Amino acid sequence: MMTEQILELRAITKTYPGVTALSGVDLTVNSGEVLGLIGENGAGKSTLMKILGGVVAPSGGTIRIDDVEHASLTVNSSTGAGIAFVHQELNLFENLDVAGNVLIGREPRFGGFMKLIDQKALRARVQPLLDRLGVDFNARALVEDLSIAQRQMVEIAKALSYDARVIIMDEPTSSLTLTETERLLKVIGELRESGVSVIYISHRLSEVMACADRVVVLRDGQRVGSLDRGEITHDAMIRLMIGRSLKSLYLPPKQQPRDQGLVVEDLVTTAFSNSKVSFKIRRGEIVGLAGLVGCGRTEVAQAIFGVDPALGGRVTIDGKSVKLGDVRSAIAHGIYLAPEDRKRSGLVLDLPIAENITLASLPRYARMTLVDTAAEHKVAEEQGRKLKIKAPDVDTIALTLSGGNQQKIVLGKWMSMQPNVVIFDEPTRGIDVGAKSEIYALMRELSDAGVAILMISSDMEEVLGVSDRMIVMHEGHVSGHLERNQFSEHNVLTLAVGGTIQQEAIEHA
Amino acid sequence: MLRKELGLFLLILVIGAITAVLNPQFISQINLTNLANQIGLFGLFAIGVGVVIITGGIELSVGSMLALLGIIFLDLLVNHELAWPIALLITVGGGVILGTIHGLLVTQLRLQPFVVTLCGLLIYRGLARYYTADSTAGFGYGSGYETLEWLVSGRVGVVPNAFIFFVAVCLIMSVVLHKSVFGRYLFAVGKNEEAARFSGIPTKLVITAAYSIAGLLTGLSAIFFVFYTQSVSPSAHGNFYELYAVAAAVLGGCSLRGGEGSILGIFLGTVLLQVLQNLVNMLGIPSSLNYTVMGAVIMLGVIADRELQRRRMHKIMVDSAAARATGKAPAAA
Repeated sequence: MMTEQILELRAITKTYPGVTALSGVDLTVNSGEVLGLIGENGAGKSTLMKILGGVVAPSGGTIRIDDVEHASLTVNSSTGAGIAFVHQELNLFENLDVAGNVLIGREPRFGGFMKLIDQKALRARVQPLLDRLGVDFNARALVEDLSIAQRQMVEIAKALSYDARVIIMDEPTSSLTLTETERLLKVIGELRESGVSVIYISHRLSEVMACADRVVVLRDGQRVGSLDRGEITHDAMIRLMIGRSLKSLYLPPKQQPRDQGLVVEDLVTTAFSNSKVSFKIRRGEIVGLAGLVGCGRTEVAQAIFGVDPALGGRVTIDGKSVKLGDVRSAIAHGIYLAPEDRKRSGLVLDLPIAENITLASLPRYARMTLVDTAAEHKVAEEQGRKLKIKAPDVDTIALTLSGGNQQKIVLGKWMSMQPNVVIFDEPTRGIDVGAKSEIYALMRELSDAGVAILMISSDMEEVLGVSDRMIVMHEGHVSGHLERNQFSEHNVLTLAVGGTIQQEAIEHA
Repeated sequence: MLRKELGLFLLILVIGAITAVLNPQFISQINLTNLANQIGLFGLFAIGVGVVIITGGIELSVGSMLALLGIIFLDLLVNHELAWPIALLITVGGGVILGTIHGLLVTQLRLQPFVVTLCGLLIYRGLARYYTADSTAGFGYGSGYETLEWLVSGRVGVVPNAFIFFVAVCLIMSVVLHKSVFGRYLFAVGKNEEAARFSGIPTKLVITAAYSIAGLLTGLSAIFFVFYTQSVSPSAHGNFYELYAVAAAVLGGCSLRGGEGSILGIFLGTVLLQVLQNLVNMLGIPSSLNYTVMGAVIMLGVIADRELQRRRMHKIMVDSAAARATGKAPAAA
């Protein structure tokens, strides 16, 4: 088949205030090829795809489609050029049938000004697309009755209905079973045969190996290399994904960790009901919990803290059992969580700093059930001083503060309550550099005071730099443990993507 | 924080002054006493509905509850000749139970508050009518409850007891809402239930308690209304009263999204509503336009409030951006 270049991105740059998301990225897509796009969390894959979709305008560079140059795309020009998305979180109307979803907004009509939908013509136009994909449902099926894999096929049919020439799939298999994944890979192969190109973004390197003709690797917003069909191997991909020089953030602990601490045994979360997770965190150590987005880290944290129910297992602190699925029990045992989504779960944004800090311990500042605001202010001011929260006073509404200061409020809430275990979920996401190092220092201070600390992080620099020890998760189970002398990006990623590495290989690092 | 309430207070004064100029009868002692009585009657259950609205919920069944509980109270007192303290206790307890059921349906079965209390509205109205076979119940020649009758429909000097009782409830609920741990939880749950849960607040208990409080105050209200109307015709008694309560709460600064509002606000909202009702009579506006006047004033109030809120938010965001810009400088240096 003749291959022609349909899409070329040249020197694409995207900067946000203070952050460079992409710098000088080149990318070409030829007709009828499957291009694998890989890179760690935050390497710039999503930004690049948003630029292709016309959702985000690049700060520099050009986009060439069919020999026409554009400085940026709009959603319409992107669709018009035959670029279609199959999103990670599917964008379908569950209440409509398959045909209605595929041609949404473009329904064949009759009845003149009444614009009635011609259901028959609608289905007649959609059914051939479904046949082409070889799916096991028809155009009249309701989307709410379909499985995730089937819904994905609806999205692909929708892309085809726009005469898409490039279909972008972002982590398409993250919620598919093994057989469904194989089916999808087969469909991708058929799309390629018919001349449609696919940009396949995935953390699952074996799938990329199975379907990609070419792989482009991004790291820290830059294109760091590409691999042709014959060169695509696990090792080659991982080698390209890592390899930047990491700054040392490590603050060594003042003393050996104690024997006591948090013990998690056979914990089963609702997200991965057939994996059991076990690990131990001693008082006085910071344990990093690494893994790719969606591997179940947050679910483990929330199950330990009791905001999510657990399907089984045991959590103990210093040998004392914590009641699962009960936040109040976790809190009573001094187990606290600084959640991933600060604004939604960590803070009541519309309340002042002081009320946020005492929110979890209010009865302590109450006399005869009435809040003693003087005592409350005293504690809030004390935490504000310790954590260097930058605000005019503790009556300032949390909403008005920067991300770093908001995170400090969350920490202040727990630090005022003598923690035994603190779980930090993405502790520095969206926080500037200065506040980051303050938070790292604080974590070390806490651990030196005998607190057991679990830090979930997608930031490689952070997880390698701050932890004393690391647990790596892959698809809901613990795929390995790393001691400080085994820390390397290579080892973390290997465990995070497959977990099939041998113990000697880890020791070598 | 009190700006909203102050605005409402000034609005009441202005409307009152204009009405008084147009018809001096408005500030006659007899009219004001009557007005105060109305405020007391309608304010009592509005406080309860306001508490529910602060959690982000809604309570639409109070009107039907007034009819059902009123009927039951009359039956116990007149036909069953129960001692009035016992009849009162059963009636108020009934209110608490109904409210608690609403709360449990909302928190345990995760039903929408609107749906739960709308069903309540229909169910209780039907039960009230069935209870008396649709006929009006009255006191007849019953006796033995003169003390209660004086308590709820009498007055001290020129001040009606209903008003005094309402003010007392307002004071107590002010402390509960604005000073107590429970009140703090109530606002936190209304503003951000998720963050409240992540702080170990028993959110389901807090929300259920709000509905129980609404039921309690509605139960008390039912007794006041029975003595005020002297009889209960189950198909009309309390009709639309839930909307008076919602209107008073919204006028008083409660957001239907939850997390906002104050007892003082709900108090003033009730006062304004009753002043408007009274004004329609006083100024000779056709009484058929009663609801229209009320609706228009609430609409204007909400629009004005939205505008003020928008400006305030804008100012906060500008200020905080400025503060952040200056606050960051030392960290970068």
